[in-house]
Amino acid sequence: MTHILLRHRDIPGIHKLDVYRAHGGYQALQKALSEHTPDEVIQIVRDSSLRGRGGAGFPTGVKWSFIPKAPGDKYVIINTDESETGTFKDRELCEYNPHQVIEGALIAAYAIGAKTVYNYFRGEYMDAAHAFEEALQEAYAAGLIGQNILGSGFSVDFYCHYGAGAYICGEETALIKSLEGELGQPWSKPPFPAIEGLYGKPTVVNNTETLANVPPIIINGADWYKSMGTPQSPGPKIVCMSGHVEKPGNYEVEMGVTYRQLIEMAGGMRGGKKFKALLPSGGSGPVITEKALDAPLTYEGLTPFGSVMGSASVIVMDETVDMVWAAQKMTHFFKHESCGKCTPCREGTFWMEKVLHRIYEGHGSQKDVDTLQSVAQQIKGKTLCALGEFAVSPVLSTLAHFPQEYRAKLAK
Amino acid sequence: MSDLVTITIDGVEVNVPKGTLVVDAAKRIGNDIPVFCYHPKMTPVGMCRMCLVEIGLPVRDRATGELLRNPDGTPQINFGRNLQTACTVQVSPGMVVRTNTPFVREGREAIIEFILSSHPLDCPICDKGGECPLQNLTMAHGKGDTRMEFTDKMKLAKHVPLGELIYLDRERCIQCGRCVRFQDEVVDDPVLQFHNRGRSLEIVTMSDPGFDSYWSGNTTDICPVGALTTADFRFGARPWELTPVATLSPHGPAGSNMTFSTRIEAAAGGRTVIKRIMPRQHELVNEIWISDRDRFVHHFADAPERLTQPLLRKNGSLIPVSWDEALEFVAQKLKGFDGTAVAGLSGDRMSNEDFFLFQKLIRQGLKSNHIDLANGRLAGGDVVAQVGVVNDTTYDLPQRLGVGDAVLVVACDLHEEEPVWWLRARQAAKRGATLVTLNARPTRLDREAAFAIHYAPGTAVETIRRLLNAAKVEVEQSDDPIVAAAQALVKANNLTIFYGAEGITYEESDAIARLLGNLLLVKNGGSGHVGRVNNGLIPVWPHNNTQGAWDMGIHPAFEPGYKPVKTPGRNATAVYAGVANGEIRALYLMGADPVGDGLMDGRGQLKLLVVQELFLTQTAALADVVLPAQSWAEREGTFTSGERRVQRYYPAITPVGECRPDWQILAQMGERLGLGKAPFAASLVFRDLAKVVKPYKGMDYRSLAQVAKQWPDVGGEDLYYGGTAYENRSGLGQQWPITPPKEPFAVPDVEVPVPQGLTLMRIAALYTPGTLNRHTKLLAARLAQPTLLLHPQDAYALALQDGEPVTVAVNSGNVQATLRISEDAPVGLALIRAIPYQPGTAVAHITRVAEFASS
Amino acid sequence: MIAEKYAKEIEGILARFPTKKSAVLPLMHLAQHEYGYMSQEAMREVASILGLDPTHVLSLAGFYSLYYEEPVGRYVLEICNDLACALRGADEFVEMATQKLGIPVDGTTADGLFTLKTVMCLGACDRAPMLQCNLKFEEHLDEAKFEALLARLRAEAEAGEQKTAVVPQMIAHAAKS
Ligand SMILES: Cc1cc2nc3c(=O)[nH]c(=O)nc-3n(C[C@H](O)[C@H](O)[C@H](O)COP(=O)(O)O)c2cc1C
Ligand code: SF4
Ligand code: FES
Repeated sequence: MTHILLRHRDIPGIHKLDVYRAHGGYQALQKALSEHTPDEVIQIVRDSSLRGRGGAGFPTGVKWSFIPKAPGDKYVIINTDESETGTFKDRELCEYNPHQVIEGALIAAYAIGAKTVYNYFRGEYMDAAHAFEEALQEAYAAGLIGQNILGSGFSVDFYCHYGAGAYICGEETALIKSLEGELGQPWSKPPFPAIEGLYGKPTVVNNTETLANVPPIIINGADWYKSMGTPQSPGPKIVCMSGHVEKPGNYEVEMGVTYRQLIEMAGGMRGGKKFKALLPSGGSGPVITEKALDAPLTYEGLTPFGSVMGSASVIVMDETVDMVWAAQKMTHFFKHESCGKCTPCREGTFWMEKVLHRIYEGHGSQKDVDTLQSVAQQIKGKTLCALGEFAVSPVLSTLAHFPQEYRAKLAK
Repeated sequence: MSDLVTITIDGVEVNVPKGTLVVDAAKRIGNDIPVFCYHPKMTPVGMCRMCLVEIGLPVRDRATGELLRNPDGTPQINFGRNLQTACTVQVSPGMVVRTNTPFVREGREAIIEFILSSHPLDCPICDKGGECPLQNLTMAHGKGDTRMEFTDKMKLAKHVPLGELIYLDRERCIQCGRCVRFQDEVVDDPVLQFHNRGRSLEIVTMSDPGFDSYWSGNTTDICPVGALTTADFRFGARPWELTPVATLSPHGPAGSNMTFSTRIEAAAGGRTVIKRIMPRQHELVNEIWISDRDRFVHHFADAPERLTQPLLRKNGSLIPVSWDEALEFVAQKLKGFDGTAVAGLSGDRMSNEDFFLFQKLIRQGLKSNHIDLANGRLAGGDVVAQVGVVNDTTYDLPQRLGVGDAVLVVACDLHEEEPVWWLRARQAAKRGATLVTLNARPTRLDREAAFAIHYAPGTAVETIRRLLNAAKVEVEQSDDPIVAAAQALVKANNLTIFYGAEGITYEESDAIARLLGNLLLVKNGGSGHVGRVNNGLIPVWPHNNTQGAWDMGIHPAFEPGYKPVKTPGRNATAVYAGVANGEIRALYLMGADPVGDGLMDGRGQLKLLVVQELFLTQTAALADVVLPAQSWAEREGTFTSGERRVQRYYPAITPVGECRPDWQILAQMGERLGLGKAPFAASLVFRDLAKVVKPYKGMDYRSLAQVAKQWPDVGGEDLYYGGTAYENRSGLGQQWPITPPKEPFAVPDVEVPVPQGLTLMRIAALYTPGTLNRHTKLLAARLAQPTLLLHPQDAYALALQDGEPVTVAVNSGNVQATLRISEDAPVGLALIRAIPYQPGTAVAHITRVAEFASS
Repeated sequence: MIAEKYAKEIEGILARFPTKKSAVLPLMHLAQHEYGYMSQEAMREVASILGLDPTHVLSLAGFYSLYYEEPVGRYVLEICNDLACALRGADEFVEMATQKLGIPVDGTTADGLFTLKTVMCLGACDRAPMLQCNLKFEEHLDEAKFEALLARLRAEAEAGEQKTAVVPQMIAHAAKS
């Protein structure tokens, strides 16, 4: 299949403006500016049923339509914070196919009337973002960014920004706070960023991959886009395969492929070992087992199995993996990354890690397992943002699927 | 309020204004939804999650928008899957809230358990124990046991000084963020922040000095646990041993309401002592905030330097004598002087009762009109009586200045002079009011100002005259900030004006008060700004009861109630001149130290000097008789704020030595001078004065003690909601009515010598080392030091370096100060801080200390 | 003083935002690059450039994991041993690194050259084991490559060069825009 997103795999050098343009680059922008009103652009994206690739799957066109039409400062923010364990797709896009992301963001800015776009990179991507910064400068020089773009009268500025190591800054409101120079802690919505976002102005935050989908949609139309994937989850998707597969890496697929197919695509289980479980959405989605392997990769596919596609960061684990160990690793991650703002997440992740550690070290009792389960339940539904919700899923799902592994560890 | 929304909480309907949060709506009907991070004075953040409730909304048909109904006709309500935070959700029509279901109770239990999981069990030694929101909410909503293994708990530092005034116990902190948000959002001193993240989140400060804010003490009131404590109260007593006594700030003109917490203490010889000062809610005065000066500077009352006995000069030295001897001596001596040779000067921290009897003694007892404030700086009390500000009379959702309103601040630095008013002006601006500042130099309030206008020294009157003239004509647009500001001011729905005396003389301030009075009268299409709520003039008096002094006729030209005197007496300046040239032979001083303040050069030609005081001041040390007075903490009385609010304060501690209240000393003196039997209670003096002082008619101690329900509902049993500020149970006071003038004020011409070249201007500092501040050891490190601020350009011209000691010639002599090079000083204007009051501006003679010594 | 040394770069960074405060994270990266870690003086300096209370900068230094509040070695080796990397041998790699360097995790070598840390996912799970060294990624590592990396860094330090650093790149871009 030819790539729609990871086009650099088909076209070497596409990170350079001339190559990108030679392959149809910036024609979507040109088309949007010259042939469509902003509202029409929003309608096309709406019709395409493109859903956010940041994890939650919110329809992108609908999100854009929430932005008030009244004139004034508005912002588009590209979310390249990408700190979920096992996720490395946005980095590849920004590093090797940056113009497609830039073009998508410019179209978004045109659609909502934004005059400034920021790409928020996690601080650890400062090196990788080099290519993106160069692409930006090329685009500025070519008049694709800045004043009166392509003679359309539309003007926009475009900057990169760098975080400094905090998973929570991927959450859109925390990201906005971080960009404002504040502590990167999320706020309790409402207000939604679409109404009061960056500097209190209407703001769209989109995932990098989401925006990379926009240029081909504008060029080829909504129907073309919907011809891929499933009706509810159309289009291509980059899947980050990691863990115990032969060939870890990013794979661009049409939505709807099964997890079993994905593992095969990634070269199968490493060393021919037996599959045990996988995390379909980095650390934040509940673990699934063999039973769910034939479920399709869609936003709804894992619902019957109590899990989610999320950002499609698939961490594959073979028979050698101790699930209590894995749960402990992930719980440590969430405890480390909890911003501390809300009580259940701050206290709960700390507490869960303590108990889990005791169990893993072989000093735990049945009471500890019960406490663990109940603390996780107690966090659920009470936190300020979704991080707390994510944090309980490794614990609850491993407890549900592998209770015997916990039991086997209890102090004799 | 027009837009009311009806919602149902646990089956009870409540009507509240649109925009009200569910938690506050519940409070209105006595439903206490528990909170930790929410505070009714701050924007909600929804972080502690304690206020989780079930919230349901009526369901509407997508197509028609019609309400969907159950078979029984009631609207269908859709409750979300999760609990929601009552502190962040605003009411909406038809909303249904459940606060007492098993689901909600489970949620509360869960949050309490989480909060307690790492909280130390040191309630028995915690300052907050007994008035701790966490303790109370644990009793109400907690499970009663814990599943957290003791070894899993966090162990953290317990005595972290955030400065010398406030201590932090890191273990007790529950990361509610109230302190951080208060410092940032309410008082704009963002010197507290969270450090780290997750369970390692902790409060830090890096300011210099530590926790650098005039408001730091308030964080200890709103901290819902014992994490923040004041150095003053820390480990001092248990809350349940304390008796609250209502009092007022003895410092600023706002009349901040406060409460003493007192206790009988063995270590103090069985005397009742003050253990701490806390704010007392008064939404129209200081809400629930007090500055650190108000909170910590009570220690002058029990300072060891206090006078304890009457002193009489015998053979050149002051010897303790009995009251009878002292009073008899003074009365007999005074009888020997002619009225024209006697004068009485007072400080402006005394009570109305004191002032009333003081002027009675001088006027009627001694037949003299030479009465004044010893250190009068700001004029216009008579103007204020006609165009003073009018406050709201309801305490239910107090009206506050906001969008469409304006605030004008003239010739003062509210942040340093009356922080409570600085806060009010700032908040008004933040809510959308147009703030205009007018001064010879930038002040902190400029940050919020729509127009910050800086005039040249000496041109204050002229500038305000221009402002007034520009207000009288309709102008669409103007590039001249004065014209633009004037237009904004007249067109505002409501206009409140603060004016002070920074860099101007008494005479200038008199003219300015009149000009501002006229500005308030300007109609220009509207209805003017006099006599309506939130409109009027507020004098930024130098002390807490300067207003009362004016009202009681401590003025050479006015009798009590602003009744003009037929033949005005000498003002203070003329009295000092008379002391020097022998025209004044006897001087009676109450609470004033003109020698220490550099106003009077020793005893001059005085035959008799009587001083009524707390301390043996420089003046008292020269007196023939020193009469020891009680401080405000030992007695009762009334003060009148700059907003003309007459308020009571109450006796709290055992009187020091043989000290008597000033009014009593004056009454007993008066009795000896034939003024009739001395009244035996302050309330009776007040009854007498209310008969004479017209605006006070109808007031008495009972009416001043009346209270009303205030919102937000702070200070009751539910400490968790608003913190430990006290409910106001002892009186909201009464504002006396103005009598608007029939026509504009006549404005006298004032001659202002404009200094040539570099000009010197004194600026205020909250912690000026004055009589009261000096006697409070707690603030020693923060007392402002004499500092001269010079613009880099001027410093360069004088070849002076930042930080070097300089000598500055000021009216009262030479002052040594440290030089600071700062852009806060305009070019050509040298600012000097923390020296005794100097009127107006002067030519600045600044010399390097070494050069001065050799010249 | 970074304010003077990087005046142009700082101006470029400030120009990216409508408020000065927004520039605080990039300026902290710059200050840390200059001084090695976020010392109290570095915090005060950043605060004064941006007109912030230094407490604010302190707060951010504690919140964001890429800022060091304690002195660190010239090269900070941050190995990801989060789940995805750990499934591909990251924990063993950390173990090996501690032995090679003779320091525990969070330790600094006696010569002040290396500080070893473990970190959460860096977004290179398909190239594990991996680490970042002064923000530069080193991927597909094994013992031999790790040794080679150390040798390269030692040589670089010996030559008094500062090649392994990413921040200059960021600020150079900012200065251009
Ligand atoms: C804890 C947390 C971390 C997140 N991290 C990311 C991230 O790294 N990248 C991202 O695009 N979205 C992330 N999100 C989702 C964002 O909040 C937001 O939904 C997304 O950027 C919206 O973009 P989309 O609609 O294009 O998906 C995260 C959400 C949470 C709660
Ligand atoms: S110190 Fe008190 S007010 Fe501040 S965050 Fe901690 S508990 Fe809240
Ligand atoms: S979350 Fe509502 S009071 Fe804290």
